[in-house]
Amino acid sequence: MANQGPAYYSPYPAATYDGVITPPEGKALLLTDVVDEEVAMREIAKVMLTSDNATIFPGPQVLYAWNEEAKKKATLIKEMAEVLNAKMIPMYDYRPKYPKIDPEVEINPNHPNLTIWHNDIKAAIFVGVHCHYANVALKIVRAETDCYTVAICGLSGHEDAMATLRDQHSHEMEKFIAIAKEVKAELGK
Amino acid sequence: MSKRTDMTDTHNWSGQKLVSTDYMLFEAPRTKHFMTGSEVLKEAVKRCTVDASVSYPITPQSEAAHLIGELWAEGYVGVYFRGENEFGVMSEVAGCSMAGARTITTTSGPGTLRAMENFAMWSGTRAPMQLVLMARGINSPLTIQPDNLEVFYLLESGMMIWYAENVQELFDMSIAAFTVAEKPDVHVPIVTVVDGFFVSHTREAVELPDDDIAIEPYDPYASPLPPIDSEMPPGRFLRDPFVMKSNYISYAAHASWQFEIRSAVERSVPYAKHFLNGLVHVSGDEDAELAFVACGTASQQAKEAQRELTKLGIKSKVIKLRTIRPFPEAELLEALQGVKHAFVPEFNVVGWLANDVKAKLYGKCDTEIIGGPRVGGGMSMPAEAIIAEVMEKVNG
Repeated sequence: MANQGPAYYSPYPAATYDGVITPPEGKALLLTDVVDEEVAMREIAKVMLTSDNATIFPGPQVLYAWNEEAKKKATLIKEMAEVLNAKMIPMYDYRPKYPKIDPEVEINPNHPNLTIWHNDIKAAIFVGVHCHYANVALKIVRAETDCYTVAICGLSGHEDAMATLRDQHSHEMEKFIAIAKEVKAELGK
Repeated sequence: MSKRTDMTDTHNWSGQKLVSTDYMLFEAPRTKHFMTGSEVLKEAVKRCTVDASVSYPITPQSEAAHLIGELWAEGYVGVYFRGENEFGVMSEVAGCSMAGARTITTTSGPGTLRAMENFAMWSGTRAPMQLVLMARGINSPLTIQPDNLEVFYLLESGMMIWYAENVQELFDMSIAAFTVAEKPDVHVPIVTVVDGFFVSHTREAVELPDDDIAIEPYDPYASPLPPIDSEMPPGRFLRDPFVMKSNYISYAAHASWQFEIRSAVERSVPYAKHFLNGLVHVSGDEDAELAFVACGTASQQAKEAQRELTKLGIKSKVIKLRTIRPFPEAELLEALQGVKHAFVPEFNVVGWLANDVKAKLYGKCDTEIIGGPRVGGGMSMPAEAIIAEVMEKVNG
């Protein structure tokens, strides 16, 4: 059996098996608790700012989607990385790579643990990753690593992340960045 | 031919006004009609802005498939054709759904088994189509009578499975089914089951909203996957299983993927609760120590038995399961509080529902689950048969 993730969901690396599902509209999920979005944003910022090798994993929807919203989001994610003192490693596609990916430069949903192990990442944000691949990756990360995972999702959120925000568009990302700046100032980071 | 490009912001290609599923199911005025299950399925599909339907004839669903074909001729359904056989049909349906079409098919009995490999592929590729299964039993010996044995084979396919008791439920469920299956955090196929003949061929009173409205179209862009190609899973694993190719892309991806499909089914619970008004419906004596746990027509017969038992001075209640996947564990446990004996009457000889109930509730409640009575191959299940089973228990 794989190592337990920090949420200690065992023996299954799937939160629904413990009765945890995506948060309702207007809410967020912190581990097993449905909370207000701002509460979750504050906690996410704190974890990212206080964990070793915090990293943002931007996916195809913000890397090269062909729309204005994606452009705006991509710009905001760069700002988010700066505010959170985080690195960025892209999940630029979902294809299996043979024999394996280069964990220095990319993360892949079929074996995301390799990138997290190699870079000793203790907190990570998935953003712009299509929901199915995010969920596949998040379950593996939960089972195989001790990384605190965050999912910033434009649709319904991800219960397999330790923290998830749903319905996140550029306006909500701006709000998160503003909160992260406050938390950063409070922590003196 | 009906085309998506003929749609406007307010009307679909056949000129029906687009409404929300909530409006269609809960608010639109309704008028009473007298229809078979097959006929009412046509009425449901007519109001669902369906892009595509493919079927192959097999009793007792042939008429339903035929009537959906008429909808194509009338301009309500975008694409319709008959496949080569059920395996072909379910593959073609997958293609339609993956291409972004709201898709429906129907089958029965052995057709279900012929198509079986496709069902796990449907759910594994997160394709949100609807299969209306008009259950008839499977070989061997061949039966074309009411029997729901084939549902057992679908239980672990990764699809949602809802079970309608009557014509009215078939209408409402098959509309809600599209909406729930297409939710981005669910996005797996759904099976709406009815008992063949008892529902498909029986005319009943049914209340329908007007047919000049239809639910909003499927938005394939609110999907958990991008459009698939042959390089990216799941497209890639359809031609080239990634678990065989690399030690680094191995058991973890496959296991996680499998857990994800089952998680998606669980995420449907709040949506199903909303549209079905709960995952279980309870009728009869609330404080009864005897209960029947049933789905479909068996719950109708159990209700008749419950009424007869009341005349004998015996309290009982019927707990009708409206969803089989997701299994309504919490709701069933709540309904079984205070119940000493629960009977599971079924229209099949193997007792798949009783086995499922026992497995899901093991160690979680003190109720004795009694699998029976069971009939198969088209036998009817008179209330007397159910009562006899109960009296045997009551009289020790």
